Amino acid sequence: MDFQLTPLQEELRDTTRKLCAGRLPVASSRAAEGRVDAAAWRDLTDAGVFGLRVPEEAGGLGLGTTDAAVVFEELGRGLVPGPLVWTHISAGWDLGADVVAGVERPAPGAPLIVEHLGDAGVLVVLDDAGVWAVEPAALDPRPLRPFDPLTPVWQVGAVPQGTRVASAEAAARARLDGAALTAALLAGLAGGVCELTVAYAKQRHQFGRPVGSFQAVKHALADMVVRAEVARVQALAAAAHLDESSGSDAARAVSAAKVVASDAAYANGKVAIQLHGGMGMTWEVDAHLYLKRARVLDEAFGNGDAHAELVAARVG
Amino acid sequence: MQLAYSESERHLATEVRAWLADALPRLPPRPARDDWDGRRRFDTGWQRMLFDAGYAGIHWPRAYGGREASPTEQLVFLEELDRAGAPDVGVNFVGTLHAGPTILAEGTADQRSRYLPAILRGEEIWCQGFSEPEAGSDLASLRTRAQRDGEEYVINGQKVWSTYAHVADYQELLVRTDPDAAKHKGISWLIVPMSTPGITVRPLRTIGGPSEFCEVFYDDVRVPVANRVGAENDGWRVAMVTFAFERGTGFVGEITEGMRLCRQIADIAKHVRHGDGTAWDDVELRRGIGRAAASFDALWSLTVWNVSEAARSGVPGTGASALKLRVGEAFQELADVGLRVLGRGVLAIEDIDGMHSARVIEEYLRGFGLTIGGGTSQIQRNIIAERVLGLPREPQWTS
Repeated sequence: MDFQLTPLQEELRDTTRKLCAGRLPVASSRAAEGRVDAAAWRDLTDAGVFGLRVPEEAGGLGLGTTDAAVVFEELGRGLVPGPLVWTHISAGWDLGADVVAGVERPAPGAPLIVEHLGDAGVLVVLDDAGVWAVEPAALDPRPLRPFDPLTPVWQVGAVPQGTRVASAEAAARARLDGAALTAALLAGLAGGVCELTVAYAKQRHQFGRPVGSFQAVKHALADMVVRAEVARVQALAAAAHLDESSGSDAARAVSAAKVVASDAAYANGKVAIQLHGGMGMTWEVDAHLYLKRARVLDEAFGNGDAHAELVAARVG
Repeated sequence: MQLAYSESERHLATEVRAWLADALPRLPPRPARDDWDGRRRFDTGWQRMLFDAGYAGIHWPRAYGGREASPTEQLVFLEELDRAGAPDVGVNFVGTLHAGPTILAEGTADQRSRYLPAILRGEEIWCQGFSEPEAGSDLASLRTRAQRDGEEYVINGQKVWSTYAHVADYQELLVRTDPDAAKHKGISWLIVPMSTPGITVRPLRTIGGPSEFCEVFYDDVRVPVANRVGAENDGWRVAMVTFAFERGTGFVGEITEGMRLCRQIADIAKHVRHGDGTAWDDVELRRGIGRAAASFDALWSLTVWNVSEAARSGVPGTGASALKLRVGEAFQELADVGLRVLGRGVLAIEDIDGMHSARVIEEYLRGFGLTIGGGTSQIQRNIIAERVLGLPREPQWTS
């Protein structure tokens, strides 16, 4: 038992953080309205973000889910846009696309909203029978006004069956990996918005003192950092379960991670807006971007309520 | 990064499991909650069994009866005890986890050999005398006075929230030996035999009814100066040294208890009638149980994280305050759900219809103490905000 970052993971964390700040600053993502920047995406690919768990003989880095979780936490902290998780989990399916969007197959006739579809070379669809690849252009996508300014969305009509690219087992595993890595993104959001707000509370003065010296503010900040820390550790634990075991322990750990990280990122986003005062209501301050991304990611790979039920089913 | 046990940790787990399978059936019946003589007998009997098997103070130095287990081995040991449903530390709590470690770190050779083996063997029970009616969160403002009279201290004052004082043989007592010094500078740490004339113990009735907490009154209580641990007026530092022994395992008991309560509440929910079905059919209650279980899973992961950190660095990290804060809250959130599951069963603290509903209510009431005792959640938030986040202090709050 040695549940701490390895030197390699510390290096992955630091390089990813640098890459986010240097090549994918929030200002650029805002300017691009969350559309995928081909050059920056290439940098993410070159850094191994997508091929990290692909075996070395297949051109990947051959690393584990915990290593990926460390990277995805940083991508979340940096508010990096794009279909990061879907592109990552589909890396082994040989889809011939740099950018991959994805969804669970909707019930017939249900409206379907897909994140980042306009930038995707392929749409991956998961269902009980397996993993399917669909040509995005065939879907007649209609752009919608996005809730998260950095997560552009499109509505599509009926989704064709597509081409089967992987098994039902692969689809099931993709759901677990997807939920675990989304939990890591959410934990990163929870931590990132905490850092943003702590910095503001130290610098913003009222009544002649930094607002962060008042207990009403500092206690809310303490709760934020605790939520972020608990979410981060459980996201790593879920990834470690996926690497080390299988079966119900891993599934429960992943669901617990998704619940805790979704709740942490969402609560921290709300508190961040409040603690920024009037500035928190402005478009310019990033607080709302964290809140909105938290809400969007809560709805990816099963929301907090759904995973809470999955955990409950495994209690006892 | 490795979450699973190592080879040697698995070996220890197997060994402990085998011993527990043999030892637990030999335990006498568990005493009633209010039978304090019985509880002392039971808890010290269990401690003796641990000692005879070599598991008492598993992380203590070999010279004092321990086996110098690493923090992760200690966690493996505690996890196995919980898994097997072994008794908790009970009345041995202060001796094995608080006073004992303090004497180990700061006591003289004589004090160590006099007190430590008796603690590990379950022969002597300790209680704590720290909090006072006017010194809670601001513990360093304590006023219980010890005046030097030759080779004795004469103690007058009052302590409160003294856990197990009514069954204890000894007390670790913080007293003011220099009333003129700054508040942290005039405190000493004393060993006080509870049989000393002038001591009155009065059990406290809490919101949960009869409890392990007591008030203790001191009226010209005389103890030898040789009973002081550490230098005179250095007691604050001595008391804080105990926290350096915290290796991330301090909340294992509460977390495993929370997980057990989760399972019991889920079990009750499947039997309690609720509308046309059971409470388990209510999606809101089911999610409440799931969210609470997710919280405890995450707190267990944080424990493993903190323990691994302590195993690597030898010193505790900053995670303890975060853990304490969330454990208390998660426990209360769970117990809230538990009460909603009980429905009108909450009206009586009794096991209704064969379900363990009384325990849910008792744990609910006990849970309020988790965000108060051992430093309130408000104090923990100050610590996290100021020491972890580096936020400025409020001028009124100094230490």
